[in-house]
Amino acid sequence: MFNLPRYLKLLNPKLITQHVLSGDWLVLIAGLLCVLYLFQTLWSGEHAAKVQIRLGDKIYATYSLNQQREVHVHGKLGDAVIVIAQGKARFSKSPCTTQYCVHQGWLSRAGQAAICLPNQISLELTSDAKPYDALNY
Amino acid sequence: MKNTHIQTTVDDHRIAKLAAFAILLHMVEAVIPSPLPGVKPGIANIVTLYVLYQYGFATAAWVSILRVFASSLLLGQFLSPTFILSLSGAVVSLAALWLAMHLPKRYFGPVSLSILAAFGHIAGQLLLVRFWLIPHAGVAYLIPVFASAALFFGLINGLITAKLLYNKR
Repeated sequence: MFNLPRYLKLLNPKLITQHVLSGDWLVLIAGLLCVLYLFQTLWSGEHAAKVQIRLGDKIYATYSLNQQREVHVHGKLGDAVIVIAQGKARFSKSPCTTQYCVHQGWLSRAGQAAICLPNQISLELTSDAKPYDALNY
Repeated sequence: MKNTHIQTTVDDHRIAKLAAFAILLHMVEAVIPSPLPGVKPGIANIVTLYVLYQYGFATAAWVSILRVFASSLLLGQFLSPTFILSLSGAVVSLAALWLAMHLPKRYFGPVSLSILAAFGHIAGQLLLVRFWLIPHAGVAYLIPVFASAALFFGLINGLITAKLLYNKR
């Protein structure tokens, strides 16, 4: 009774030119822009507001990302330098041999993290409202 | 014995017939599997839109609301969250239609009304979901998906309505 291919076939050029008036095109384009805007804003991830630095099993400090700052943290191996620059943060120097944490580069979205296991320092970006890992209903 | 027969008018009969047709389409749609709960073609809205053009807003509102109530009774969802969602969608969608029907008819046809009604439908439902069923900002992730579906199905349903209204054989 309900035939999906036939239903979709209604999207043919003849029917569109016949029944889509100029105002309809306006609504259609506005709707399309609206949808694109929604995808852009809602699917691009939340911008982070704070960076949390952990040393070992303790929270060492939490800084706002809205500043220009260098933070020196004394880890297990030695001094690591963390740079905060207008909405993003990174490890810029680390005494560890692998340098994975440094190569990870800038973090800017809430939930991103850089972890330096040898030196036992980690960065985690958080937004004002911390996103959940999982929700269950 | 006193006659307790309810007097019905021609309008009542017409509303009943059209609502019955909308309920039928709703039933057909209920058995179609959907990749994501809530993403549906909404073919029953074709009836609402057609009625709006042929008989005016009041009849369309009656048909739409009756359809929501009767369909939920038939599907066993009366007063369940599904029913409330359906009702809120229908109410906001009717409000959108009421606003849209005042647009100049020369430029804005059934396609515009259908798309706007579809957006109204998801707006009503998502607001209810956000504030009552799942009060969490994560619901926002679903908005683009529902908005795309609304645009797409709104366009097709509008085309069907236009075809029904103007391509009479």
